[in-house]
Amino acid sequence: MSDVETTDETTAPEAPPEPARVHGALVEERNGQTVVFPERSAYLDVMKALKDDGYEMCVDLCGVDHLQNPDRSLPDGIVRERFEVVVNLLSLSQKRRIRVRVQVPESDPTVPTLFRLWPGSEAMEREAWDMLGIAFVDHPDLSRILMPEDWEGHPLRKDFAQGRVPVQFKAPNQPSTGGAR
Amino acid sequence: MTQSWTPMETDTSEGGQELRPRSDTDPLELLREQGAILRLPEGPALTPDDVAIEVTEDETMIINMGPQHPSTHGVLRVMLELEGETVLRSKPVIGYLHTGMEKIGEDLTYLQGPTNVTRMDYLSPLFTECVFSLAVEKLLEIEVPARATWIRMLMCELNRMSSHLLFMATNGMDLGAVSMMIYGWREREMVLAFFEKVTGLRMNHAYIRPGGVAADLPPGWRDDVLELCDLIGPRLDEYDELLTGQPIFRQRTEGVGVITPEQAIALGATGPILRSTGTAWDLRKDLPYQYYEQLDFDVIIGQYGDAFDRYAIRLNEIRESIKLVRQIVEVMPAGDYKVQDKKVTPPPRARIDESMEALIHHFKIFTEGFRVPEGEVYVGIESPRGEVGCYLVSDGSAKPYRMHIRGPSFVNLQTLPVMLRGGLVADAVAIISSVDPVMGEVDR
Repeated sequence: MSDVETTDETTAPEAPPEPARVHGALVEERNGQTVVFPERSAYLDVMKALKDDGYEMCVDLCGVDHLQNPDRSLPDGIVRERFEVVVNLLSLSQKRRIRVRVQVPESDPTVPTLFRLWPGSEAMEREAWDMLGIAFVDHPDLSRILMPEDWEGHPLRKDFAQGRVPVQFKAPNQPSTGGAR
Repeated sequence: MTQSWTPMETDTSEGGQELRPRSDTDPLELLREQGAILRLPEGPALTPDDVAIEVTEDETMIINMGPQHPSTHGVLRVMLELEGETVLRSKPVIGYLHTGMEKIGEDLTYLQGPTNVTRMDYLSPLFTECVFSLAVEKLLEIEVPARATWIRMLMCELNRMSSHLLFMATNGMDLGAVSMMIYGWREREMVLAFFEKVTGLRMNHAYIRPGGVAADLPPGWRDDVLELCDLIGPRLDEYDELLTGQPIFRQRTEGVGVITPEQAIALGATGPILRSTGTAWDLRKDLPYQYYEQLDFDVIIGQYGDAFDRYAIRLNEIRESIKLVRQIVEVMPAGDYKVQDKKVTPPPRARIDESMEALIHHFKIFTEGFRVPEGEVYVGIESPRGEVGCYLVSDGSAKPYRMHIRGPSFVNLQTLPVMLRGGLVADAVAIISSVDPVMGEVDR
């Protein structure tokens, strides 16, 4: 929305052509696959628009922790954050795929849920929460799905060392110290 | 309201994973557990306020099915809210087999990767290996030799047969046709014997690797494969006699666990579950990969979306796979079985004896591994259970930065509350069986 104007003003007249956009979000071809980079604030709107474009199925949703990979290549104008939520959509009618990558800051790891658009994203969002601690706002049942429910920390984070926890299951009634490390 | 569940759950920060009494459940969650949470664009959207809590709690009870129940195919636990024998709500509780394979995958080189991912879907291990290898090759931008791709397709189709044969066996067993279990297992074992001959192992082959396959097909493979096809084809007709036309089997599966195409698509279900609703979606046909475009086969679809349709689809997919295998045997070209790219492929054994450089090169590939250019890629292929996908992020090193496998069973399990709702608890066994989940892949 607002970033359309900023690119116009800041670049010189002979600057490279306007980057491609889908519903206001930057779009790039990466390894022959279409990837959309929406801002987090516009994420839900872009997803809604993509669903209206005919992407009926949310095939996959996962999180990535880019703690050790801060210099990854992203289109200009996208601020690199620690976490990314990656959603792969599929259109059965048009037989094509599209991928959406949204940046999620470490200080506030929350993203709106896609549950109301694709109910099938429910388990996958729970997995991303469980594994990476990315909270999905308005998710109906945001609880751990793969780890035990009293587990501390989120194991797929890069600062969660393998073998960090010596004993897996605690005795009941032991108060949890809670939360991610 | 603190009496009805374990104290452990109340102490957690994130809340319980279990099915809770209605009075303690958020309306939106309740709606989902009732299997009625579909927001269809054309239909009237349900709002949480529409949920009628019409059932008083003293008339219902919540029971656990699993994780030790024999017909939940491993360690699946389904919590059911029952009114008499009718299922009102249900919730699959998973994670009992979680071994952190995605985390382990970040610590293994690309060459070691297949050894890890092959243990996810242990009934169709070659598909997970294949999708991982395809993703790595896409990042490396290498083209594997034609023979390697044909070998992959041959092995995958045989694996589809063995996986569906095991479904035949377990589905029969779950519904009381115990003889079917013996037959299905017998035929599957023949396919696995061929796998053992080719890869050295019955399961967990690590045979399909980035760059090609681990070894060429053994001498006489053609005869073995054709013999297998000649044998299994007529046996399928025997299954038809044993199950398809049998009134008891039909009554236990027809109209049981019905799901509509809209529900299946909204829930992300793929594979036989989606096809049973009449949606002709098969990645081999619709988004062709490898050489499936050159082959002649049919996509089997159902009509009613019930457990019988899913059984019939799998039975006929074995027939289609036999058809495919016969075609692949015809066209199998000669040539290399792995790519001749010095970056990825170690030098042949004979060269190591005569060349110091070859020895160093061999050592480096197996200790450090080969580097994969920075990038990210998603590849999806059609496994016996639906779309198995691999999302791979590389930071330019010799190990994946992030390796995520999209397990078809993991997503397909979400259809259970929809299919179970309103049915009998005895039908739950038939429905869980018809989803054909593999818990190794669900929990990863």
